[in-house]
Amino acid sequence: MIFGAAVVINRNPVASALSLVMSFLGLAALFMSLNACFIGIIQVLVYAGAVMVLFLFIVMLLDVRAEKGRQINWLTSTAGLAVALILLGEILSVVGHFEIAHKAFPPLPGSTVDDVRNIGVVLFRNYNLPFQIVGVLVLVATIGVVLLSKREPR
Amino acid sequence: MITLGDYLIVSGILFAIGFAGVMLRRNLIIILMSLELMLNAANLSLVAFSRFRVDSTGLPNYNAQVFVFFIITVAAAEVAVGLAILVALYRARQTTDVKDISSLKF
Repeated sequence: MIFGAAVVINRNPVASALSLVMSFLGLAALFMSLNACFIGIIQVLVYAGAVMVLFLFIVMLLDVRAEKGRQINWLTSTAGLAVALILLGEILSVVGHFEIAHKAFPPLPGSTVDDVRNIGVVLFRNYNLPFQIVGVLVLVATIGVVLLSKREPR
Repeated sequence: MITLGDYLIVSGILFAIGFAGVMLRRNLIIILMSLELMLNAANLSLVAFSRFRVDSTGLPNYNAQVFVFFIITVAAAEVAVGLAILVALYRARQTTDVKDISSLKF
């Protein structure tokens, strides 16, 4: 389960991106084990497919070298690691004191085979306005990306 | 027996890894990847709560899964915009290192 722990440690950007793909696939497996097949499939398609291809393409386009020969500022590194460890300890203690966190999952009487249909019903019945707002957001993001990556004519 | 706390602990560890990546790394691409990791940790805990909260019809609570769907959509748009900004920055400065981009530093 915790094989995503070795993701960020890689110094080479390409190796880091590939281990991120593995981490996303593991997360998709976790979603599947939680009876959320639709979310798992979306995770594989969007993250492991589209987003990681985008990352690898940018790494290839920019020809990024591994961070080597760069002196590490030990003070800031230790401070950042300490803040992350404090955050981790805080999350673990909160989960440890959480009473319902020690209960097992209740059994699922209904079938989750028609997962997509149920999610679609909830999405279009209760969350129709946010769905359309997200559509506008994606359109704006597309136009913005095209404008940003266009070279301005001189 | 797998409890809800196990999934929450995995989610917390993933979030802390992503946070450490944002704090420690100097490469902007890797910082964006760590941001993705943090968003996915939040998604994992949302789906775990959705499975935990079985409603009267015997199905998991689908509100959380719709929320995860929205998060994934917004995250994909955010990655696209971030990488486009990164490419524009690389064209202007020939670097992706946050140490070399310090024009706003006082």
